[in-house]
Amino acid sequence: MSKNEIKFSAKERRKQVLTKLGKLGHELYAQMENGRFPYIFMPSRSTDNIYYSPQFRQYILGEKRVRRSSGNIRHLRPFTQLVWSAYFAHELTGNQKTSTLRDVYYSAQAYDMSFKDQAESDNIITDVETVTGSSREDFNIFPEESSAIFGDLTIEYTIPNYEGRRLNLTSHPDGVMIGPALTSAELVETSADIVIAIEKGGLFTRFIEERVHEKFKALLIYLRGQAPRSTRYFIRRLNQEMSLPVYIFSDADPWGMHIAMVIISGSANAAHLRELTTPDARWSGVWASDIVGYKLPSDKLTNLDIKRLHELEKDPRYKDDIWQREIDVFMKIQKKCELEAFSRYGLTHIVDKYLPERLKEMES
Amino acid sequence: MDASEVGVLPDIYVRLSHDDEAGEGNIYTIRVADNGSGIPAPQIPLALCQFLFGSKYKLKQARGTFGLGGTMAILYGQVTTNKSVQIISSTGESRIYEYRLMIDIQGNRPIILDRKVHVNKQERGGHWHGTVIEFHLEGDYYKAMPKILDYVEQTAIANPYANIVFVDPKGRLYKFDRTTTNMPPPPKETLPHPHGVDVETIQRIIRITECKNMLDFLKDNFHRVGEQIARQFLKFAKIDQDKDPRRLNPDEVVELVQAMKNFNDFLPPDASCLSPLGEDLLRAGIQKELEPEFVATCQRKPSTYSGHPFIVETAIAYGGKIPSKGEIMLYRFANKIPLVYDESADVSWNVVKSINWRRYRVTPEMPVAAFVHLCSTKIPYKTVGKEIIADRPEISREILNGIREVARRLERHLSKQERVRREQKRLSIFSIYLPKIAEYSTKLSGKEKTPNIDVLLRRARTLEQERD
Repeated sequence: MSKNEIKFSAKERRKQVLTKLGKLGHELYAQMENGRFPYIFMPSRSTDNIYYSPQFRQYILGEKRVRRSSGNIRHLRPFTQLVWSAYFAHELTGNQKTSTLRDVYYSAQAYDMSFKDQAESDNIITDVETVTGSSREDFNIFPEESSAIFGDLTIEYTIPNYEGRRLNLTSHPDGVMIGPALTSAELVETSADIVIAIEKGGLFTRFIEERVHEKFKALLIYLRGQAPRSTRYFIRRLNQEMSLPVYIFSDADPWGMHIAMVIISGSANAAHLRELTTPDARWSGVWASDIVGYKLPSDKLTNLDIKRLHELEKDPRYKDDIWQREIDVFMKIQKKCELEAFSRYGLTHIVDKYLPERLKEMES
Repeated sequence: MDASEVGVLPDIYVRLSHDDEAGEGNIYTIRVADNGSGIPAPQIPLALCQFLFGSKYKLKQARGTFGLGGTMAILYGQVTTNKSVQIISSTGESRIYEYRLMIDIQGNRPIILDRKVHVNKQERGGHWHGTVIEFHLEGDYYKAMPKILDYVEQTAIANPYANIVFVDPKGRLYKFDRTTTNMPPPPKETLPHPHGVDVETIQRIIRITECKNMLDFLKDNFHRVGEQIARQFLKFAKIDQDKDPRRLNPDEVVELVQAMKNFNDFLPPDASCLSPLGEDLLRAGIQKELEPEFVATCQRKPSTYSGHPFIVETAIAYGGKIPSKGEIMLYRFANKIPLVYDESADVSWNVVKSINWRRYRVTPEMPVAAFVHLCSTKIPYKTVGKEIIADRPEISREILNGIREVARRLERHLSKQERVRREQKRLSIFSIYLPKIAEYSTKLSGKEKTPNIDVLLRRARTLEQERD
């Protein structure tokens, strides 16, 4: 039984975000009071300012900064959108309401703020993240898609109307959605020793049916393909606050590898943010070498797969031995397979044979 | 019109009607009435029913070239309908003369069928003066209608000081009122310039001259030829200055004309024999009929080609009633007469087409019209139909420069308009967004009062001006 020692304070985080947003408002206000067109300095997110940091084990933004000024007619509209978005985020956070990116796009219309499409409003939200250094989940803006968690973990809600209420995450056999309420909840206690994150929904359900959470003392997380940022953030919390090692299982192809990598080292798109990565999480399968070792049914790599492998080979995040080794094997056997491939040897084969072997191997 | 321009504001009335009462058929009656100087009674039959009446050789700008137009029209009417022409005219004295005439085509002389004299009653403004001509002719009005209407409208443009009324065979009235009482100064008669004469002209002068020697002959009969130049020329042409001009044999006349063309020291002709509209009248004409949003006019300095003085006037107009046709409209005038046929063969067309209009911010879909008015004692028509002006380099250069001049002014107008539009848009953008920035910044900062952004809105305006 592991108990949460670093008390996570949702309140504290909220206060921080509100302070940052309020400070932005003060700066702009003062500029106008002094008869200046309000302006903002923020780190540039252009590709020539994105670097891989071995220290943080993720992509970060460099020194380059951009100045956005409302005195520049080309900046005026996005500048206004940025200020409005900051205001909107402040309102959400202050009132403890949540919203989605899609929702923001529509809400803007109520304030007579026009975004020509959601891509534009998404981009402005990213600007707010860059200016404040907080991820949008911190100011209560979440993506549409969400993944799920199952296992013996008790949480305590901090959102209005549920504040103080507790939930054990085994209470629903389909798992519990990792939404705004869960990500902002306090982690109270768990009997689990590890976290197993799985790319595919079929396998997640199978693991629950086969009681993997009990057999391996595990919290099970359904990633649903490329994991949403709130899920990546939540995995980080499990790892950091509950000190649980994280094992990731994805398809044996370059895309599956990358799903694991983004959880571990983050993406270039989120170079302006921290706390979305879990550097100690481990990609545990399915490896290219498993296709050979477990005699798994496989498909031929496509040209696109091979092109992607060549890209990953040069990616600084992939410099460690295991990644380079598996990329080599992929290239050599020219094959890939999905998680479900184990079903060839019976539905429970993956749980009975592969999982215990692999977890043992990872622990050693 | 020429007959009117000697100090009287022209009133022109033209009526075209079907001869048969059903209002069909292709025989029409045309009636043209003006309030011009009138034709002295004894000259009426000859002026209108004999070709090459009058053998004057002196020059001034006139709408026609040889005075053939009226007689030609009457002749055409006669050969198509075999009917007579009726002429009523008075020079403003106590009598009005009425003639019914036909042309003896073989004898080139008038046949007087009837002649009446009426009393010209004194009225408020004095005695009536003017000319009314009515004759019959064959034609197809409906086919020619668009060009006829163009012609009448463009005549109104080139003569904004005239009242013009046209009644068509359906009884439709087209009325063009004068908008100005200013008239261009009438042209002065001048002697022919030696660069512009031909053998025929020389022979005509020889027939009537009283000069006894070549020196006087040159001094007295040619434009801008004085004693000194005459001597120089005779030396150049190797002609004895005491020679009697009447003794020149035909070969010598030809040699004289050649020598005149080759002698480069004649002074250029002056333009007092020309009667251009002037920039103001051209503008008035265009404004009156097309009501454009912008018009620029330009009168070029007098110039010459082959000894003939000419002046080019150009204009450009934008918007108003000018249609967007996908290309620039071209209005051509020669000595105040509109040219409505075969525009694509005309020198002005070539010039307009050669210009890169984008440089002047003009795109094909814009409602833009270009106007070219050529005034000269001799318009270099390409054809006897007198609708197309030939491409003389001296003339096309003036047209090009004239069009460029007005196009530059249009460019300035359009860019100013664009600047104003941009500034307004800019200001409206600032006035849309800045208050929002102020509002949300205030809410973010938790303050109550929004900052005053009037200063910033004013600055937005000056920023724009500085940039231009």
